[in-house]
Amino acid sequence: MSVSLTVDGNKVTVPDHTSVLEAAAAAHISIPTLCRHEDLVPKGACGMCIVKIGGQTGFKRSCVTEAREGMSVWTSSPEIRDIRRGILELVLAAHPADCLQCIKHGKCELQTLAERFEIRDLHYDRYTRGLPVDQTSLGIVRDMNKCIGCGRCVEMCNETQTVASIFFRGRGADTIVAPTIGKSMGDSVCVNCGQCVVYCPVGALYEREQIDEVWKAIDDPDKIVVAQIAPAVRVAIGEEFGLEPGELCIGKLYSALKGMGVDVVFDTNFSADLTILEEGTELLGRIREGGPFPLITSCSPGWIKFCETFYPELLGNVSSCKSPQQMLGALIKTYYATQREIDPARLVSLSIMPCTAKKFEARRPEMNASGLCDVDFVLTTREIARMFRQAGICFADLDESAPDPLLSGYTGAATIFGASGGVMEAALRTAYELATGKSLARIDFSEVRGMQGVKEATVDMDGLAVKIAVTNGLGNARKILDTISAANKLGKPSYHFVEIMACSGGCIGGGGQPLPNTQAKRARRMEGLYMEDRGLALRKSHENPEVKRIYAEFLGSPGSSLAHKLLHTSYLDRREAASASS
Amino acid sequence: MNERSRISHFANSEAPLDIARYIESGGYVGLMAALGKTSAEVIGVVKNSGLRGRGGAGFPTGLKWESVAAGEQPYLVCNADEGEPGTFKDRFILERAPYLVLEGMTIAALAIGAREGYIYVRGEYPEIAKMLALATEKAKARGYLGNDILSSGFSFDVAVRVGGGSYVVGDETALLNSLMGNRGYPMLKPPFPTEKGLWGKPTVVNNVETLAYVPIILGLGAQAFASIGSVNCPGYKLFSLSGHVANPGVYEFPMGTRLRDVLEKAGGVTGTLKAIQIGGTAGPIFGPAALDYNLDFPSMQKAGGALGSGAIVAMNTSVNMAHVLEVTMRFFAQESCGQCFPCRYGTRQLDYMAHRIALGLGKVEYLDLMRETATVMVGASFCPFGQSVALPLKSLLDEFGDEIVSFMTEQQYLKEVSE
Repeated sequence: MSVSLTVDGNKVTVPDHTSVLEAAAAAHISIPTLCRHEDLVPKGACGMCIVKIGGQTGFKRSCVTEAREGMSVWTSSPEIRDIRRGILELVLAAHPADCLQCIKHGKCELQTLAERFEIRDLHYDRYTRGLPVDQTSLGIVRDMNKCIGCGRCVEMCNETQTVASIFFRGRGADTIVAPTIGKSMGDSVCVNCGQCVVYCPVGALYEREQIDEVWKAIDDPDKIVVAQIAPAVRVAIGEEFGLEPGELCIGKLYSALKGMGVDVVFDTNFSADLTILEEGTELLGRIREGGPFPLITSCSPGWIKFCETFYPELLGNVSSCKSPQQMLGALIKTYYATQREIDPARLVSLSIMPCTAKKFEARRPEMNASGLCDVDFVLTTREIARMFRQAGICFADLDESAPDPLLSGYTGAATIFGASGGVMEAALRTAYELATGKSLARIDFSEVRGMQGVKEATVDMDGLAVKIAVTNGLGNARKILDTISAANKLGKPSYHFVEIMACSGGCIGGGGQPLPNTQAKRARRMEGLYMEDRGLALRKSHENPEVKRIYAEFLGSPGSSLAHKLLHTSYLDRREAASASS
Repeated sequence: MNERSRISHFANSEAPLDIARYIESGGYVGLMAALGKTSAEVIGVVKNSGLRGRGGAGFPTGLKWESVAAGEQPYLVCNADEGEPGTFKDRFILERAPYLVLEGMTIAALAIGAREGYIYVRGEYPEIAKMLALATEKAKARGYLGNDILSSGFSFDVAVRVGGGSYVVGDETALLNSLMGNRGYPMLKPPFPTEKGLWGKPTVVNNVETLAYVPIILGLGAQAFASIGSVNCPGYKLFSLSGHVANPGVYEFPMGTRLRDVLEKAGGVTGTLKAIQIGGTAGPIFGPAALDYNLDFPSMQKAGGALGSGAIVAMNTSVNMAHVLEVTMRFFAQESCGQCFPCRYGTRQLDYMAHRIALGLGKVEYLDLMRETATVMVGASFCPFGQSVALPLKSLLDEFGDEIVSFMTEQQYLKEVSE
């Protein structure tokens, strides 16, 4: 069913239950907002979207008002413009006007609206809140002096991710978003997923940058900087340079990294293939031994901390495999250093990730298989784009180049790691062939693809019906985890293999990806990864020649004791942290 | 007029928890009358009585009950979050006639079909919460509450909840959020609580005083109540008198009584009356012309104000209106819940400017800017709280603007002289 209405005199027909704001958009009228986001529940907090509706008194918030048959809506008038400008002035009077130094400069929704409404001077006396900036987290910085209290981060953290690390605190003008009293970002239950950062309209929540440290390493003649690039970065970084979401930029990335002075460029896709060999072996081992099931993937560090905090009873189900980032980090300072006869202490291991939680993962004390810190610095997609700009690299115009050999070759199975369902699909491609010795007739497992939050399927593995589940977004993960936890307690089977990614859509929607990082963009990035997979000659991890070589020359076989030493890890029960902060 | 049509008749300050005395004074007559009627009949009586909500908005109580969405078990909530400055009439009722409120709740529950009810008590009234818990126990022991009330087959239970001291939670939707354990943010209307309230179920939220008149109406009949007070706003009403009056306290008058007569009953104004605030802090501040106002919902609305909670704060000529402006704006800033931008930032700026003015550091431009801020807040605040700041602010600036300006000028002069 649909309804017809007029917006500023333009007739428009929209589906039932469309908001007046969306109806106006259908009539090509953009109503200003500060709190609304297309992916989130409208809250009506900012009041910017007020409109006049024929026959009704006062103004109505168009984001939370349903369009009705015959309605006549007026989106602009002297009164409405004055009120909107008044709200903006009120917000700006309380905002530190340090746009030039702000990480969100040019991407800030408040700044955009201030420009749109031509706020050239303020009638109010300015004031600053004088709050300390919370720098305690390895992944996320929280600066409440800039917070406008839109509540998007609160929705992400509490409703979407169900982590509940941050919530509103205080009343009135003192309202801030903060962890439980007595906690900071660093010691709260925060899993560093960075979805709060993604949806923050201003510079109140942002990634903890490591750009200066990386420049220092690059500029140090004694250091050899070795970079790795995660799957999801290659289909998103182009957005920072005017390219379309989903456009594959891996060749340009190799060139740009070399261009800015990185000595060696590897690819996390290589260790994604390696992960499949290790995790696939783990899965087949469990199938052989009849459990314990399900095996749950371990690539997403946000998910790992979530499990350690809220579901420690399931840690035995989580694969012992390190994430691809940490596998490659360990190999760079062992295998690569030996092969090239370089003192590993001279190596600086740099990873380019779509993720803020990777910054936390790299600093986990157990991630030192080489005897050194396996990954020294983690830069998000946004940070590396800033470095390219600082280096004067015209990214979009770059020629493509190849990475350095040894730890960079990859198959299609590795590249889809960046999308929800990708690890599962890659594992199935390999596990099936390793288990059965047969070649897969159909390589695409479309049932685990897509943006859906929970995906379930049963895969026939030569007579064995393998029950699988794939989830993205931690709130969705909870649904599956509760099922697993309950089944485990009763000693009943639930699934054989489960993939969990902390962020909606998987890594392509990570907390470090280019902004805006909407669901719609995530879907296009996802498509970009599957397109690359389709175009590659090798699409199964066990067919990766460099992977074969490293097992032959160095690791032995998947699951060997050296593989375990370098490529596997253990987890920590953080239940106490959770109960202390609730 | 029947003495029993007043709440004051049931007020017992010596032994408010003595249920036998409550019954002797005519308690539970209303409930017994209600138990002999159908739900529709009970609602009919309340509608015919013309009872309007005593919390401040004056919405017809019978209509509210009638609008409860069918289908799901509704909840009944008694709003005892009496946070309006200068208002202490609910406290008066709860401290002296707790059974009258419980009886009113039971009748309301019967009318709407609720099995569970809550009394949400203001955080600053912890003793009252304790008393109410005792009162519910005693009422249950006598069969006036709980399972199978007076062997009628009807069951209704009441739980007491204590708030955290937020003013905004006096708003029924914010109160429901708080009851559910959420932050006390007002919710969007529609849907109204009678459609979707507590835990998504239809919910009636009634003020303490409203519920206290319900047993009276059921006991004496709709006509007895309707014949008191103003034609379209009948019954008695409790007024909280404070400020510069000889005998501050709670007084009960028929609706429509002139303010002058109300003040006289309280011993009159001490000194010379300068200003008077009616209905609470969110109401306008009038000059002495208000003495001839009739105190009921429609009359006060016509006068550009609101009867609100029935708070009456008298101010004599010793009061500096710049200071009234300051405390009023501080109140709004401290009590803004922070949910919406216009109110969160607007109250902060109003508080700042009023504070500067009171300190003698004000600028004349502030007065216009305060008005503009109020316009933004009226137009775009999420809930009535942010919208209501305009009433006291504009009335202060209209009625006493000259005084505030001359205060600013004088302060400026004194500063210059001393420098």
